[in-house]
Amino acid sequence: MAQKIIDKKNPLSFHINVSGFDVSDFLPAEESEKQSMVVMRESVNFWKDGARRFRKNTLGMVSLAVIIAIIIFAFIVPLPYPYSYEEQIRGSENLGLMQYSKDELARKETGESVFPHVFGTDSLGRDYMIRIMMGSRISLLVGIIASTIILLIGSTYGAVAGYFGGKVDMIMMRLVDIIYTVPDILIIILLSVTLKYPLKHLAETIPGFNWINTVGVGLISIFVVFSLLYWVGMARIVRSQILTLKEQDFITAAKALGASHSRIIKKHLLTNCIGTLIVTTTLQIPSSIFTESFLSFLGMGVNAPMPSLGSLASQALGGITSYPHRLFLPAITISLIILSFNLLGDGLRDAFDPKLKN
Amino acid sequence: MGVYIVKRISLAVVTLFLVATLTFFLMFLVPGGPFLSEKAPSPQTLQALEKKYGLDKPVGIQYLNYMKGLIKSDLGPSLKMRGRQVNDIIKTGFPISARVGGIAMLLAIIIGIPLGTFSAINRGKWSDNVVMLISTFGIAVPSFVVATVLMYFFGVTLHILPTYGLSTPLHFILPVIALSFYPTAYISRLMRSSMLDVLGQDYMRTAKSKGLSQFKSLFKHALRNAILPVVTYLGPALAYILTGSLVVEKIFTIPGLGSQFVSSITDRDYPLIMGTTIFLAFLLITMNVIVDIVYKIIDPRIKLK
Repeated sequence: MAQKIIDKKNPLSFHINVSGFDVSDFLPAEESEKQSMVVMRESVNFWKDGARRFRKNTLGMVSLAVIIAIIIFAFIVPLPYPYSYEEQIRGSENLGLMQYSKDELARKETGESVFPHVFGTDSLGRDYMIRIMMGSRISLLVGIIASTIILLIGSTYGAVAGYFGGKVDMIMMRLVDIIYTVPDILIIILLSVTLKYPLKHLAETIPGFNWINTVGVGLISIFVVFSLLYWVGMARIVRSQILTLKEQDFITAAKALGASHSRIIKKHLLTNCIGTLIVTTTLQIPSSIFTESFLSFLGMGVNAPMPSLGSLASQALGGITSYPHRLFLPAITISLIILSFNLLGDGLRDAFDPKLKN
Repeated sequence: MGVYIVKRISLAVVTLFLVATLTFFLMFLVPGGPFLSEKAPSPQTLQALEKKYGLDKPVGIQYLNYMKGLIKSDLGPSLKMRGRQVNDIIKTGFPISARVGGIAMLLAIIIGIPLGTFSAINRGKWSDNVVMLISTFGIAVPSFVVATVLMYFFGVTLHILPTYGLSTPLHFILPVIALSFYPTAYISRLMRSSMLDVLGQDYMRTAKSKGLSQFKSLFKHALRNAILPVVTYLGPALAYILTGSLVVEKIFTIPGLGSQFVSSITDRDYPLIMGTTIFLAFLLITMNVIVDIVYKIIDPRIKLK
């Protein structure tokens, strides 16, 4: 185009030579020509944007990798593993790391391949590695289930309170204030003590409730208390988000179109809070895991022989001088789990809501 | 302001009442009563025991009696430790726990606030990153891990610090450090973000342009405003120290209220469990109310009204 309009005899002249044009030069631009002029990136949706930001955060990515590794360790590795967590192997008590007992050495002589006790055994001859794996499994399950309960109850409650406002909101928030003041650990301990008998009675009389014995009253009381007490933090956060969201025009439009309350809450309000919901839930997981391990340490968690990282650490205290690995292995595992979830939650928060970063 | 205080106190009283009632009725879920866990006494002995402890009256009367006792701050006799009253047991155990917990709280404040401030001033430099990394570890690692690891390294391997009991001041070091680890880390993170907020404010820039030295502007203006979120944290911090003491006292064999509570649970000494729960709940709720009221008083925005 420039060759056609520049005056060849005087290139610096501003005269435009129109004789060189024809109709094809003035047709509307096609899509491809328009695209070549656009300097923007293609638009990304909320998730891709957040994922892109998260990928840049090395600490967050590393902690995600660690969590995936721990999940594999806790759920997949035990499947082909030759030992089980309650199997007491006579003659193999108190082995150190990668040690073989006399019986096992004898079996190795005969050519049989014996899987080594990588983390040794405890005082009853149970392989320690599988016990740590089961303990991690319990911790992860508690964290995820408890956080799901808190998410469901808390977000529903907060959304209803925030959406309806007025008197409903006031009453609901009074209840939240009262529950917030109750000291939770005390109630958990109390419940785990007192629920033992009714639940044991339930497990024995009504068939189908046998899992209560394996899981342990401690865990059930943790879940009960989480359902009763811990959702208030989530409810407050969701409520404050909803309060700002419901003033926006698209909500007014939805109401004008006759959308029901539940539809507005579900489809419009809560879906816009998803970033906050994900971050708060992810940050709730490590504190649930902490509470479970803390209670197991005090002896109020899962029933023996099911191991929990807290009870493993507590049992290891007795032999701390001779078998320090029995303390450090569960301690490092639980610290790693809690740390990775905390860093993951921080990374998610930075990725989905960068305005919060200081 | 006065309305706020009244509202807060009435909320606290309601909650305390709820906790006491909940505790009382939970004890009744246990079948057979507190005496059947021992070698079963003869029916006459059982009757006599029940009469003595008032357990043969209907539930409603027992509840009223207990509530009456509570108002007189009498928590009843202990069932397993014959002859001792729950009030006594709490009175002997609590000062010990309070000492350890109080020092731990003080340590957390004394170390956490300067550390957070230092981190905020040197934002982005490697010293800031190091401090923040350590504090992230501090809030992730559970208290029992910290306590047991400290005990192993200083007590067992290096043999320089004692690990059980509280006879000399040296004995205090390990439990206090273990207990204060998490609050210190939390306070330093809180202080850092709060200080960063304050340092970015316009009035700090004004002070600097007026020629105020960095030292003075820090202490006179920034610190006072940045410390407010830390004051709100003091309530939950106390709750943490209380629950942390359960673990620390078990590990370091300290005869405080925490280990008393844990052993009462394994012994199923119900009046002691109830009494300790109510006492601890009362302590926590009261401290939270005090902290909330103090915060409202020292918040400079309130004075402007």
